[in-house]
Amino acid sequence: MPAFTSEVSRPWDDVGSAGVVPERSLTIEGVRLASGNVLGQVEVVYETYGTLSPERDNAILVCHALSGDAHVAGWREADALAAGWDPASGIAFAPDLSAAGDPDAAPADAIRPGWWDGFVGPGKAIDTDRYYVICSNVLGGCSGSTGPSSTDASTGQPFGLEFPIVTIEDMVAVQARLLDELGIERLLAVTGGSMGGMQALAWARLYPHRVASCLAIATTWRLAAQSIAFNEVGRTAILGDTAFAGGAYYGGREPRHGLAVARMIGHITYLSDESMRDKFGRRLRDREAHAFDFVTEFEVESYLAYQGKRFTERFDANTYLYMTKAMDYFDLTGDASSLAEALSDSAVQWLLLSFSSDWLFPTYQSREIVDALRSVGARVSFAEIPSPYGHDAFLLEPEQQYRYVEPFLASVLAEERTSARVAVESGGAR
Amino acid sequence: MTAADLLRADLRRIIELVPRGSRVLDLGCSDGSLMMHLRDERGCDVRGIELAPDHIAAVIGRGLSVVQADLDEGLAAYGPAAFDIVVLSQTLQVVRRPAFVLREMLRVGERGILTFPNFGHWRVRGYLAFRGRMPVSRSIPYSWYDTPNIHHTTLTDFRDFVAANHGIIEDEIPLHTSGWGREAHVQRFLPNLFADTALAVVRSAGE
Repeated sequence: MPAFTSEVSRPWDDVGSAGVVPERSLTIEGVRLASGNVLGQVEVVYETYGTLSPERDNAILVCHALSGDAHVAGWREADALAAGWDPASGIAFAPDLSAAGDPDAAPADAIRPGWWDGFVGPGKAIDTDRYYVICSNVLGGCSGSTGPSSTDASTGQPFGLEFPIVTIEDMVAVQARLLDELGIERLLAVTGGSMGGMQALAWARLYPHRVASCLAIATTWRLAAQSIAFNEVGRTAILGDTAFAGGAYYGGREPRHGLAVARMIGHITYLSDESMRDKFGRRLRDREAHAFDFVTEFEVESYLAYQGKRFTERFDANTYLYMTKAMDYFDLTGDASSLAEALSDSAVQWLLLSFSSDWLFPTYQSREIVDALRSVGARVSFAEIPSPYGHDAFLLEPEQQYRYVEPFLASVLAEERTSARVAVESGGAR
Repeated sequence: MTAADLLRADLRRIIELVPRGSRVLDLGCSDGSLMMHLRDERGCDVRGIELAPDHIAAVIGRGLSVVQADLDEGLAAYGPAAFDIVVLSQTLQVVRRPAFVLREMLRVGERGILTFPNFGHWRVRGYLAFRGRMPVSRSIPYSWYDTPNIHHTTLTDFRDFVAANHGIIEDEIPLHTSGWGREAHVQRFLPNLFADTALAVVRSAGE
């Protein structure tokens, strides 16, 4: 039996940027949803990084979280052009970021790399020199793919709350259709953190023959009551905003206050007691003494207000409702009688990572998945990464994740190539 | 010299005892050397449990599956006889609940293979007897105050320990190791005195 040992291993410091990335899109016809509704046409916005191998065996699908989009890494083409990038110089681009100063207080129009730039790129955990990476904006999203802010062809108006409820499985089904269009039959890996991790898990359950491995990070197999509760508070803030207008606010005043409050609550759940103490403490912003008034004075208040406001400039309140509902409904068990049964007889290789200070999707929830997989004899690896950054650690701890992800992906690719070679040599088709 | 020759001698002995194609669980699997050899030489279906991040990363890099977990919390994820063989190599002395760990091994595995340093070895006895100090040796290389080894045993004590936990020792291989663990010879003469390492194949005595 061959050894599937990774031979290629690069040091962490040898990392680069995925460069300038164009946004692409295509249209998928006739998408039937879990609710029974059918969407006639679904626009899917996506980006790709790296090069698909001739054998088409190095494709990795990245699934984004609640507030993410298709832009995982590198620089958006439009942003880069605005910042002085010359297309004739190739995809390499290094904007001057020093002018932006504190990234938490940067102006909304400051150029920013993709949301998982520390994780995806040359030499990074998902090495774009080795792998072909695809990420699409989810169904129901607001960053290009069809969602509640899209125009309903039957009325000529934005869908608003007429948009059907979508599930994590619906998002995954649309991604599968996207891969069909791109001619990718089988993924080396499907991965994501948080809601992206739920999609990765759903992929492995729904399409076990289309994924060699599942890399699920800081995620859960179903939301606990506490997480549903936080989502409900966020939704209540949006639904109670006087500008909400039953979701038909497009073109008029938008429910920005409600969406900002939802985002502020979300942000609290993404941090930790320790990270908030370190980052803000009880420090006051721009003042020496208490104001004895209801103005923003603590650093943490200022941070949350800024995060809330910035979010409303780029995110649709209706999409926030749909995304949180999709998460609340998610249960990896599906129709099976237990999680273990749902995951049995799977040849997928699994790697789950959790973070010690993540209290939104705590380690025990990852362990429940791991234990279910172990009980059915699956090939599963798991590690809890020590980090003070709470749930956000999956975005902020690229090096600690690299340590596990790099060898995992390299060994899965080596095994895929070995079994493909064996299949060819024995004359059988896989 | 092949990679197999570099494998610790007690691990090489374990490989010889594992039937081809076995389902094996390696508790405290370190960097996965034993797991890799069992897979590549014996065609075994192997799984590992380990605590140390560096070791976990190394095991994953070998294309093997490893879960970060504390052995003292048991093996609840696995059903009875989920494995043919459960290995506990040079780890019995570091767990907090050795009896619980042994019972869990015998529950989820048809057989357990254990190796451990023999505290009854003459050098250890002599160290304490003549120097009046806690023994420090090649196989037990720690000072008493910073040792991870919190449950030392002798070969004789081990037999009682297995019996008390409803186990049966099927095979006992006392080893005299040399060359920094590179070589191991079976030590049948006065094993509790002359074997520095012991290997035992254990199974459950049943209900």
